[in-house]
Formats: sequence, C-alpha cells, structure tokens
Amino acid sequence: MSASVLFDAPGPRTVARHRIYTVISIAVLVAMVGFAVWTLYDAGQLEYALWEPFVTPEYVEYILVDGLLETLKMAFFSIIFAVVFGLVFGVAKLSDRDWVRWPAWLVVEFFRAVPVLLLMVFTFFLLAIGNGPLTSFWCVVIALTLYNGSVLAEVFRAGINAVPRGQAEAAYAIGMRKSQVMTTVLLPQAVKIMLPAIISQMVVALKDTSLGYYILAPGLTAVAKPIYLEFSNQVPTAIVITGIYVAVNLVLTWIATIVQKRLVGEKKVLDVPMVGAPTGPNAGNATAL
Amino acid sequence: MDAVISNFDEYLKAFGLTIGLFVVSGIASLVFGTILAVLRVGPVSILNKAAALYVTLFRNTPLLMIFVFIFIAMPVLGYNFKVVENVEIAGYNVSAFFFRACLALTLYTAAFVCEAMRSGVNAVPLGQAEAGRAIGLTFSQSMTLVILPQATRAVIPPMTSVMIALAKNTSIAAAFGLAEATATMRAFTNNNADQRIGIFLAFAIGYIIVVEVISLSSYLVERKVRVAR
Repeated sequence: MSASVLFDAPGPRTVARHRIYTVISIAVLVAMVGFAVWTLYDAGQLEYALWEPFVTPEYVEYILVDGLLETLKMAFFSIIFAVVFGLVFGVAKLSDRDWVRWPAWLVVEFFRAVPVLLLMVFTFFLLAIGNGPLTSFWCVVIALTLYNGSVLAEVFRAGINAVPRGQAEAAYAIGMRKSQVMTTVLLPQAVKIMLPAIISQMVVALKDTSLGYYILAPGLTAVAKPIYLEFSNQVPTAIVITGIYVAVNLVLTWIATIVQKRLVGEKKVLDVPMVGAPTGPNAGNATAL
Repeated sequence: MDAVISNFDEYLKAFGLTIGLFVVSGIASLVFGTILAVLRVGPVSILNKAAALYVTLFRNTPLLMIFVFIFIAMPVLGYNFKVVENVEIAGYNVSAFFFRACLALTLYTAAFVCEAMRSGVNAVPLGQAEAGRAIGLTFSQSMTLVILPQATRAVIPPMTSVMIALAKNTSIAAAFGLAEATATMRAFTNNNADQRIGIFLAFAIGYIIVVEVISLSSYLVERKVRVAR
C-alpha cells in the first residue's frame, strides 16, 4: 500500500482499524452470499431435477455442440473478417488521397456509432427474411464484422502510428515506395503491437454473438431457451450459460495477457478506442464493450 | 423513409425511451460504479477483492445474459418488481419493464465505470499525493483538494466511451419487450419491408445523433476542466 497515491504505509493503529473493517465487511459479504443461496433454496432452485440437464450427456452435448461451438464459430468468422475489414479501412484511413481517406473515415465512424443489434436486425431483414440468401448465423457474423472491423480499423491505425517514425523515414530514404514501406516495414511491426488488442476485441465479439438471440440465430443464448422451457429451470440455465461465457472470455483474456508479455513486453498496452467512441480521445483499456 | 416520416411521433417516442433508459441507467451506474471504485482502491483488502470479482464477472458476461437473469430468471425467485408500477414520477408511471432494463444496464455498466474511475485515480502522479502530505494536509484534505479534482478530470475521456457504449447498449432492451428505438425499427421494417434501407438509415442517424451529443458535451466539459500536465 505504500506506493499508492491514496495511502501512506499504515501504522499500528491504522492496521488495527483496518482489521475491524475487514471483519465487518466479511460478515456483510457472507450475509449477502448466504441470502442469495437461501433465496435460491427457498424458491426450490437448488433441487437436483432442475440441474439434471446439465449433467445429462445428451444435453451437455447439445449445449456444447449447438451452443458453444456455434457461438465460437460465429465469433471466429466475425473476428477473421473483421481483421480483414479493419486492415483495409485502417490503412485506407491513413491514405494520402482524400477520395480514399474520407469514405473510409465515414464507413468506420458510421459502424462504430450504430448499435450492433440495430445492424443485426437490419441485415436480418435485408438478407435473411423471405427467401433471403443468408441464414441468421451469417447475419450475426456480418453485423459483428462491420462493428468490430471498424473498431479494429482504429486499432490498426493506432498500431501503425505507434511504429517509431524513423522506421518509415529510413525506408523512404533507401528508396522504398509507400506501399513497400507499409507492407514490409510498418505492418509487420504494427501487428506485433496490435495482437493483444485484437485478442481483447475477440472477447467483445464473443459477448456480442449472444445478441443473435433477437434474430433467432444459433448459439449459447439460443440453446438456453428450449432448455428452460422444457424443465422450467430458468435460474440454473442462466447460471450455467453465463458461466460458460465467463470461462471462455477469461481464457481469451489470459491468452491476450501472455501475448502482451511475449510480444510487447512491459510497454503500455496499445490504447484502443475502448468501446467505439466515434470521436474523442482513445483511452481506457482494450477489453470492453 | 416514408414510413418514418408519416409515423414521426412514434420515432420520437422510441428515441425518448432510449434516452430515458440511457439517462436513468447512466446516473445509476455512475453512482454504483463509483462506489465499486472506492471499494477497489480502498484499504480493506477483502472489499478490494470482492469488487474486483464483481468487475471481472460482469465485464465478461454478455449484457444479454444479465437481461436474461433479470427478465426471465428473477421472476422465478419472486422478484418481478411489480412494486415500481405504483411509483409515479412527473405524471408518468414507472413500468416494471423500464425498471428492470435500467437495473440490467446499471449492473453491467457499473463494472466499466469502476474501471474507468480506477484508471483516473491511478493517473494522478504519486508526487502530488506526497506533496500534499509533505505540506501537512490530512487524508481527507489531500483527497478533496489534490487527488479527486485531478482524477475526475482524467476520467472524462474513458467515461465518455463507457457512456457511449451504454447508449448503444440500451438497444438490447428491445429483445425484452421495450419499444425503444431498435424494437421500433424492427416493427417499422416488419410493416414496410420495401422501405427497410430508409428505415434503417433513419434509426441509425438517430443513434448517431445521441452518440455525437454525448461525445460533444464531454468534449466541452473536458476542455473546460482540463489540467495542464
């Protein structure tokens, strides 16, 4: 605590006082958890019958294959496409030509300011309803690609700008063209800096696949409904499904941290526009929506 | 676009509800998030860990699942918040739907508010606090005179991002029976399939206006209170 802005290293009297606070807060927290458990018990939500589907092989398989796998597939496709989208528009935003830069800017700002769900509903009505060519699975992917791609475009731009200026100048000095500078000097180095931010953006994409619920797309939120309708175990289902999301996201965050340590070192994490603020400074951390 | 123009009052009503959700849950999550941040930087390590657990849990849960908990799971436990329907504010009855949507948005957004606040406190240089102590300020004095004013200002940009995300996240209430902008767009599109692009653009522009107003006002506030470093 001695290195905190807020506190000096505590003396003996403060330590004693803090011990009292600790006891009181433990009591309050235990009471809160106890109350929650008691409420669940009282409403009969802890009965084995309600939890049984989650240990029955057929249902576990249903949740993992029709739920988790579909969710991961949607997140995977969206992030792959989003990286491509982000690369194209991020580089386009850095272009010297006005007719490239301005449309790219417009596209990126537009898709960052519009809610993902609105985009999803629109793509659903445009491309899926009434003999549309796509399933709602792909509508989710398209909406997430447009949104995350726009966020990643900003990440790419920031990543390229984060490469020390001398690098580009040296490359120009030995006679490289602009496209050569971009592809052989700037991008390879930028990718290293951006990787943790891209992985963090995967958490956002994964969380947002849950919105497919509104347009009847497959995934974890979609498998939840038939289960709680069949067993009327709304509370256990919500707890289990949420648990799966949290576990997968924690794994992703953990990977991002490792990559951060390996590739970027102790340097500051790349400042990413945290949640898609269309204008304004880019602050905060990367894992957000 | 015709469908929107001829039903413009419905369009405005929809965005009114969106803004209502944003304002109420924005204020509530600022309050709750600040409390979490205080616990997070406070001296009691158990509260510190409890708040950290809350933040990790809610940041990694899709907002839709929190809505599922509050709208679908909680009524099973006997919490359906019907009580709030008797509350009347300025002639309007609070609907249980509105209250539950605000609750879900607040629980989720507070985790992000907490992180933004914490980064603000961390942004204050250590030397400032040390200087405060050196000239003999008490804890509460250095807090109110030195640290908090600077932390609040440093916090404006990340907080703006959180609030913009909240404004966009209100759209999720559409999936749970609130006729806010996204749900209204869906209804409009359902009835006028031939005009879907115009309808989409009309609603997208509405959201963009909301977002731009938030970021513009934060920019103005920030310019007014900026600290030179």
